[in-house]
Amino acid sequence: MLLNLSTAVRDSAAFVSYVESASGQRISDCYQCGKCTAGCPVSFAMDLMPHQVIRLLQLGFRDEPLNSKTIWLCATCATCTTRCPRNVDLARLMDTLRNVARQEGRTGAGKDVALFNEVFLESVRRYGRAHELGIGLRHNLRTGRLLKDNDLARTWFLRGRLQVRPSKVREVAEIERIFGEIARMEDGE
Amino acid sequence: MARTGVFVCWCGSNIGGVVDCAAIAAQAATFPGVAYSVDYKYLCSEPGQNLIIQAVREHRLDRVVVAACSPRLHEETFRKVLVRAGLNAYLVEMANIREHCTWVHGAEKERAQQKAVDLVRRAVAKANRLEPLFESSIPVTKRCLIVGGGIAGIQAALDVADAGQEVLLVEREPTIGGNMVKLDKTFPTLDCSACISTPKMVAVANHPNIRLYTYAEVEKLTGYIGNFEVTIRQKARYVDHDRCTGCGTCWEKCPCKVPAEFDVGLGHRKAIYIPFPQAVPNKPVIDREHCRYFTSGKCRVCAKVCPTQAIDYGQEEKIFTERVGAVVVATGFGLFDWSRVYGEYGYGRYPDVITGLQFERLVNAAGPTGGKILRPSDGNIPRTVVFIKCVGSRDEAKGRNYCSRICCMYTAKHALQVLEKVPGARVYVFYMDVRAAGKGYEEFFQRAVREGAVYIRGRVSKIFRDGRRLVVRGVDTLLGRPVEVDADLVVLATAVEPAAGAAETARLLGVNTDRDGFFQEAHPKLRPVETHTGGVFLAGACQAPKDIPDTVAQASGAAAKVVGLLSRDQLSTSPMIARVNEVLCTGCFLCVPVCPYRALAPKKISERLPGHPLREREVVTVNAGLCQGCGACNAICRAGAIEVRGFTNEQLLAEVDALCL
Repeated sequence: MLLNLSTAVRDSAAFVSYVESASGQRISDCYQCGKCTAGCPVSFAMDLMPHQVIRLLQLGFRDEPLNSKTIWLCATCATCTTRCPRNVDLARLMDTLRNVARQEGRTGAGKDVALFNEVFLESVRRYGRAHELGIGLRHNLRTGRLLKDNDLARTWFLRGRLQVRPSKVREVAEIERIFGEIARMEDGE
Repeated sequence: MARTGVFVCWCGSNIGGVVDCAAIAAQAATFPGVAYSVDYKYLCSEPGQNLIIQAVREHRLDRVVVAACSPRLHEETFRKVLVRAGLNAYLVEMANIREHCTWVHGAEKERAQQKAVDLVRRAVAKANRLEPLFESSIPVTKRCLIVGGGIAGIQAALDVADAGQEVLLVEREPTIGGNMVKLDKTFPTLDCSACISTPKMVAVANHPNIRLYTYAEVEKLTGYIGNFEVTIRQKARYVDHDRCTGCGTCWEKCPCKVPAEFDVGLGHRKAIYIPFPQAVPNKPVIDREHCRYFTSGKCRVCAKVCPTQAIDYGQEEKIFTERVGAVVVATGFGLFDWSRVYGEYGYGRYPDVITGLQFERLVNAAGPTGGKILRPSDGNIPRTVVFIKCVGSRDEAKGRNYCSRICCMYTAKHALQVLEKVPGARVYVFYMDVRAAGKGYEEFFQRAVREGAVYIRGRVSKIFRDGRRLVVRGVDTLLGRPVEVDADLVVLATAVEPAAGAAETARLLGVNTDRDGFFQEAHPKLRPVETHTGGVFLAGACQAPKDIPDTVAQASGAAAKVVGLLSRDQLSTSPMIARVNEVLCTGCFLCVPVCPYRALAPKKISERLPGHPLREREVVTVNAGLCQGCGACNAICRAGAIEVRGFTNEQLLAEVDALCL
């Protein structure tokens, strides 16, 4: 597909500069050596290679990276960040892109991942820590794949790694306050 | 009978790893004339050399065979060893059992062994017939000719002149300065090109040791190292430079406008002109081809307005003949004419597709737009500028297959200049590789990227016009996707090629050219400023594409060579040159035209044969300064009157016998 660079840049200059400031990374620093892609443990499942995500940003493309599966599949293992010869924190850049995508409701490509984040945060909000069984059940219920990871759950359960009842932190109210604070910050933006 | 010593070198494992050197030495001991033979790990080393000297003394050797590497590498070394051993330097013969044997026959050790023995047998046969040879000396004319007044010629001229030697600087344009003064800024420091080159031009003009010939060309060069004679033809300027004050009234009033070469066609000059305001000399010439007086017989405006009556329509070209001892060739480069072949970029039909050098003039404060970057078509400021690298370079199909070396850096510079001068400008650079191998170069390129130049890896396949815009279609091979840019201005980094007329210059000066037409250095690594013609040196982009730092460095290198040569009163010449047996010479002179160095000439001798009266006849004679000992005359001589010393017929036939019988 032909990319028109002139229109791309015109439409997304603000987006690129937002991504740069939010991630603290200078996108032009990348010289496309490809070491990030070469070392990425998840690249086999990605639709855009990690170096292509940053390349598209360099050329001023907004939709392609934001709609990609890649930003959701990134496991934030930071292998790319550790190895980058130009000190670009690509993992952080991916995080920023996920944030933007979520704010814009573009979670289509990474629907399950976004849902997992949501369920995980719900658990944290309620108990102050993650309740694995609850998170797993809820995620399976809402994705409709009820038996997903069932075998893993049994093993964990037998070894006492899966608590049936959630344990709560003492100051749940404090947690709630933090969540409220964050919501205010996000609104203020 | 000769007492020959054979010394077989292992050259570490280069030779010793393939053949059995001790066995070669043992077998050599049985060859006729061999009084002593031995092998050693590194004969060229200090202990190796001493081994030879000691053997010569102990075994009273009078000829030496060294079976080792190429004579091009170490023949000179071993000649010096012989001198130290008390023998004539030319009594050594080398058998090249490295390049000619072990390096190329490493896979067939047994046959390599046999070949090495054969090569040594050949060398022994020749060595037994070697004669002592003696060098002669020629005087040196202490004056240097420099051809080309660009930055290379200027630098070489200043260095030679500062060392106290006289310099003749010949430049074919009306001013010195070359391509460098056309540039705006120089990478990677962005200092102004004029600020660093025009003071050097003035220094040349004012230097007591430099004589400047502008608007002049070398017409003929004869002679040899230390003793050249040059003929310089200076074109008629039709302006008496002794009277002219350079006031500028003439070129203001001249009614005839011509596209300016100095502005690469982007601006205009008059028919009487100086190429640019800081020209050296700062006095005009009349371009006869365009001058209204010369074309129509009427006008004479310049003569009427000239306050010093300096215009002289009757002036004729001048011929100067000078003797010089050394020559520096610094004829610089030209640019590949992309418009002939790049149909996909519009064959030069789109005025807003320009070359890098044209961009230099656009961005130059002294250029046709006063330093404003404006589109040639409509004079508007371009908002999107596309740069395309490797236009003609690394393009075997359309241009040349080498890398032009300067384009990556000047394109980065141009990108920075657009971003600096046009607020909000978009800059795209299409490239295949970014080659920034110089001090501070990679950093400079990264700076251009950081300032906002978008580099796209891929070639542009097509430029076409869409209304007032140019659509540039290329590919981003990093993404693997075709891309398109709407551009206002496209700048092509066209290939560097030898200056116009370089082939003629090479023929004139007796310099070889490489397959791309650049002048050939004597050795790519160890003799980079010398040519195969003694006393002729190279500086700058005439030898290969080169940026300013490298050009200046090479020019200073050539100057050092010249000063080294001119500091000597006498030069010794190789004795391994042609010798004429005048008794046998019939005076047919078949040899004269075959000599590539023009070293042979007829001369008269008088001879008295028994029973005949004294008579005069013509025979050929060899100029020892010119003869390089190539042997072409030897081969063509029907009477067998010419032989090359060190390669006599007797010696060569002995070698053939040793190999074939």
